[in-house]
Amino acid sequence: MRLRDVSITAWIGILGILLAFFCAIFAPWIAPFGEREIVGGVWEPMGGAYLLGTDNLGRDILSRMIFGARTTLSVAMAATIISFSLGIILSFTAAVSRGWIDQIFSRFNDLMMSIPTLIFALVVLAALPQSLIVLILVMAVLDSTRVYRLGRAVALDVAVMEFVEAAKLRGEGRIWIIFREILPNTLTPLLAEFGLRFAFSILFLSTLSFLGLGIQPPAADWGGMVKDNKDGIIFGISAALVPGGAIAALAICVNLVVDWLLKRTSSLKGGRGDA
Amino acid sequence: MTDTTETSALPPETSQRRSLGERFPLATLILQRLGLSALLLFAVSVLIFGGVEALPGDFATTYLGQSATPQAVANIRADLGLDRPIVTRYFEWLGGAVQGDFGNSWASGNSVSEQIGRRLGNSLFLAFFAAVVSVPLAVGLGMLAVFYRDRVPDKIINIVSLAAISLPEFFIGYLLILFFAVNMRIATFPATVYDSMGFIDRLQTIALPAATLVFVVLAHMMRMTRAAILSVMSSAYMESAELKGLSAMRAIIKHAAPNAIAPIVNVVALNLAYLVVGVVVVEVVFVYPGMGQYMVDAVTVRDMPVVQACGLIFAAFYIILNMVADIIAIVANPRLRHPR
Amino acid sequence: MHDHLLSVRNLKIEATSYPPGEPPKDITIVEGISFDLEKGKVLGLIGESGAGKSTIGLSALAYGRGGVRITGGEVLLEGKDILPLGKRGIRTIRGARVCYVAQSAAAAFNPAHKLGDQVIEATLAHGLMSEAEARKRALYLFEVLGLPNPDTFGDRFPHQVSGGQLQRAMTAMALCSNPQLIVFDEPTTALDVTTQIDVLAAIKHAIEETDTAALYITHDLAVVAQISDHIMVLRHGHMVEYGTAQQIIEAPREEYTRALVNVRQKKREEAADQTDTLLKVDNVSAGYSNGFKVLFDVSLHLPKGQTLAIVGESGSGKSTLARVITGLLPPSEGSITFDGKQLTPALKQRSRDDLRRIQLIYQMADTAMNPRQTVGQIIGRPLSFYFGLHGAKKRARVAELLEEIEMGSGFIDRYPAELSGGQKQRVAIARALAAEPELILCDEPTSALDPLVAEGILNLLLRLQAETQVSYLFITHDIAIVRAIADSVAVMHRGKLVRFGPKSKVLAPPFDDYTDLLLKSVPEMEIGWLEKALASRKMESAGN
Repeated sequence: MRLRDVSITAWIGILGILLAFFCAIFAPWIAPFGEREIVGGVWEPMGGAYLLGTDNLGRDILSRMIFGARTTLSVAMAATIISFSLGIILSFTAAVSRGWIDQIFSRFNDLMMSIPTLIFALVVLAALPQSLIVLILVMAVLDSTRVYRLGRAVALDVAVMEFVEAAKLRGEGRIWIIFREILPNTLTPLLAEFGLRFAFSILFLSTLSFLGLGIQPPAADWGGMVKDNKDGIIFGISAALVPGGAIAALAICVNLVVDWLLKRTSSLKGGRGDA
Repeated sequence: MTDTTETSALPPETSQRRSLGERFPLATLILQRLGLSALLLFAVSVLIFGGVEALPGDFATTYLGQSATPQAVANIRADLGLDRPIVTRYFEWLGGAVQGDFGNSWASGNSVSEQIGRRLGNSLFLAFFAAVVSVPLAVGLGMLAVFYRDRVPDKIINIVSLAAISLPEFFIGYLLILFFAVNMRIATFPATVYDSMGFIDRLQTIALPAATLVFVVLAHMMRMTRAAILSVMSSAYMESAELKGLSAMRAIIKHAAPNAIAPIVNVVALNLAYLVVGVVVVEVVFVYPGMGQYMVDAVTVRDMPVVQACGLIFAAFYIILNMVADIIAIVANPRLRHPR
Repeated sequence: MHDHLLSVRNLKIEATSYPPGEPPKDITIVEGISFDLEKGKVLGLIGESGAGKSTIGLSALAYGRGGVRITGGEVLLEGKDILPLGKRGIRTIRGARVCYVAQSAAAAFNPAHKLGDQVIEATLAHGLMSEAEARKRALYLFEVLGLPNPDTFGDRFPHQVSGGQLQRAMTAMALCSNPQLIVFDEPTTALDVTTQIDVLAAIKHAIEETDTAALYITHDLAVVAQISDHIMVLRHGHMVEYGTAQQIIEAPREEYTRALVNVRQKKREEAADQTDTLLKVDNVSAGYSNGFKVLFDVSLHLPKGQTLAIVGESGSGKSTLARVITGLLPPSEGSITFDGKQLTPALKQRSRDDLRRIQLIYQMADTAMNPRQTVGQIIGRPLSFYFGLHGAKKRARVAELLEEIEMGSGFIDRYPAELSGGQKQRVAIARALAAEPELILCDEPTSALDPLVAEGILNLLLRLQAETQVSYLFITHDIAIVRAIADSVAVMHRGKLVRFGPKSKVLAPPFDDYTDLLLKSVPEMEIGWLEKALASRKMESAGN
């Protein structure tokens, strides 16, 4: 992958993601005010001392946005990493083993996927105690069903190739076949899927927080900030749109990079066909 | 969602069934798919009822909070019937659910079915009008993108739809509210509907929530439509048609359309299933008295009978729409319609 | 000017290629091609893959597939250049005066419509006949092409008839509008050899009967010799030689053409069946887990240092037999003995050394090698896996193997995508050799390659056998290859062993019915072979 191959849209995406992560990592040093500090009146307008105005309790929105990046990104990232590891390990095991292991995993996955993710999450969160760990695990487990589905399809595509059969004939073990033969040939689609799952996790977490079931106040997170400030909309106060816009912008940035990654794989395939 | 190709690849078990299956592959596959959906619905009900109860933690404790005394917990368990074995309670629940009785709400004590009955109609009203607008729009834009493939309109549609996929439903909703209801004052917010409301008033009220839903599914549906049409257009029989000297119009109507309709209808059915989920958030944003808001409220106060009932109904819609999508794909396959 | 039906003058065809990570660039596919075709005559276009023959054929319809563009020259149909015609103008020619028969009729027919409707569609769209007339002509063509139940054939859907019948239906579709010219693009390549001869005969009969001219595109010189009046040999988008079919086959002028003509002439003297038996297959039956049986009671054996060819068409079970021997598909009955020791049926129970002694070479070298590994890693893995070689020792041995396969150590750090088809197959052979096996199963290793490249691979295999005394079990559908390399031959048909023994006995009369049919169906590099073969078939059926 060379730098000059990266398209302009992908660059925009990469810069946006980097900016969000920069805010998340250095939040205490770059935020003008504290996360929970009440600094002014309720819903003060943008500009002046409060660059993005203040929220429904008089807290600085910019500071809460910067701290919120921390919560939103870390929870979404943790959920994505767990869901991805879970989905990939199970799907690759299923694809390489075939037989009853594959049948059991896949049928159970079908069952999990037959309930819409949000509905499933609502049912489960209603029953479970409210905590950050529970939230991350619920998000991860539900999302891993999607990873499993793609991972199995991608791995099967490669697993039926003759070079994998050749490795089996040589007597190679399952670990070698998964990590040396299959994984290197699936990296790009999996990387793209990771991006997609991350974007989805951000949106999903924000939705849950917006519904009051995600991250609990007073901790700042983008979805929750929309919920806090939504009542201002009716008075024409756009405070809720700032975190909403940030969620949208970050998701768009991730999708731009993913789109470029996916196009890159398909053009690679075309290139091989010509040769 | 289930994989049609996999179900269809399953070999029938006995020779008796094989010969029947070979003679009527279409009917056999459809029956298989129907059976699968029934099985899935049953499994989902087990998951929503039994799976949830098997989770760590106890309803009564979570319901009352960690600080509750053991005596209070025991009392409420007895009150709600939680002290009886889970299998008994499951079959009671399922038996009631089949007859449309979901028990009483823990929070209000009212009948869940009664509440749902009214709200389900509202939700379906909203989803229906969102579908009426979004389906033709998505199919039209998808065709437009194919027609101008790799040219400016296609690229614009691609970028815009990519962005639209990334927008959270509530962001779209509040943007529309700020713009149309607050600044321009041409729409109403909150979208409250009541029983005595006239049809036109109702339509006017759901304009914004329906528009939000349209945005939510439009991008997905359009991108999938584009892909479905492109795969048909790039097939060898389209080249055949061109080399027969047929006009582009005739080639599309006679050769592309019969093969493209099925995948497009399939795409539409799949996206209607997404619509069911989109309803939840949109109803909360617009304070619309539908199933979604009812469910979210119930989750917040941990009113399990309501949550389970709503969960089962949403899942049932989702499963049935997916099944319809699969059956359409099966019916449209000429290999199955005209067996050897 | 109106002497020729089709005149191509100085044709130049270009395409845009999109190499990954580089700006797109234009490449020339065909350059400087000129020829004339008379009414009712057949011109054969022959060449390897990438020679530009299909592209030239499609230029007769002023059509470029994918990103292909005709950028220079003229294509004159009855003296009038068709290239400058607009979309509307060219439509009056396509499907009416010039028609096209594709290699894969299965893909070229629309699955949603009946065959009959598709056959007459162009004729009706161009307003050439009334529907009744067109149906009548379709019926006549179905009869001429020897399709079963011609009066109801048109009511069937494409998936309801066999591949050979589809290819004939496609020919009927092309002939229906009474065109002046038909472009046949490898119409029999995807068919089995016994089906190919029937389709070939049907096509030849139909175009003679209707007095239609044709461009016949193929990579098989023996096939084109049966049907063409003239032949043009192409290579890398340029013309190598042009002449009458007779002259090209019997007195080729160019080196390349001579090589093409002679490529199937090699014959190997068989070794006597007296050395120790290496592989013994006893009463093996096998099937898939869904109960579908593919092998029935097969018994054969292979002596050390010799080659056993297994011949059969697709579906004969020849590849399944190889899978059973490797252990990928355990047999349901019977046993396999290797070097005097019975092999365990399933792959997983075999010792590493048993696995080492039997190696497999695949038909498609492309998919048989991990695209993310270098040539050095691909060949080196068996060395470290079986012999524990590492570092410099391993690298030296890889270089040695690369010399063995006539490629040289310069390829050690290349990736498969950078190699040609023949080079990839050589690397696959080196990977098998690295294990120092006693038996190599070759599953049609040359059938995806161009004839001259294939010959190079066969020569390499023969040389390696002479040097290392390795035995080959060579799976093929090509009788010419059997003659070239085998000591003994097994003929398979529908999962059963039809005939087995030394080559001289198997390929000599008296024949059983199937072997007879198979041998008579293989096109020979001889003008008039098709008529002879058909005549001898008819005589037999009359005699029976």
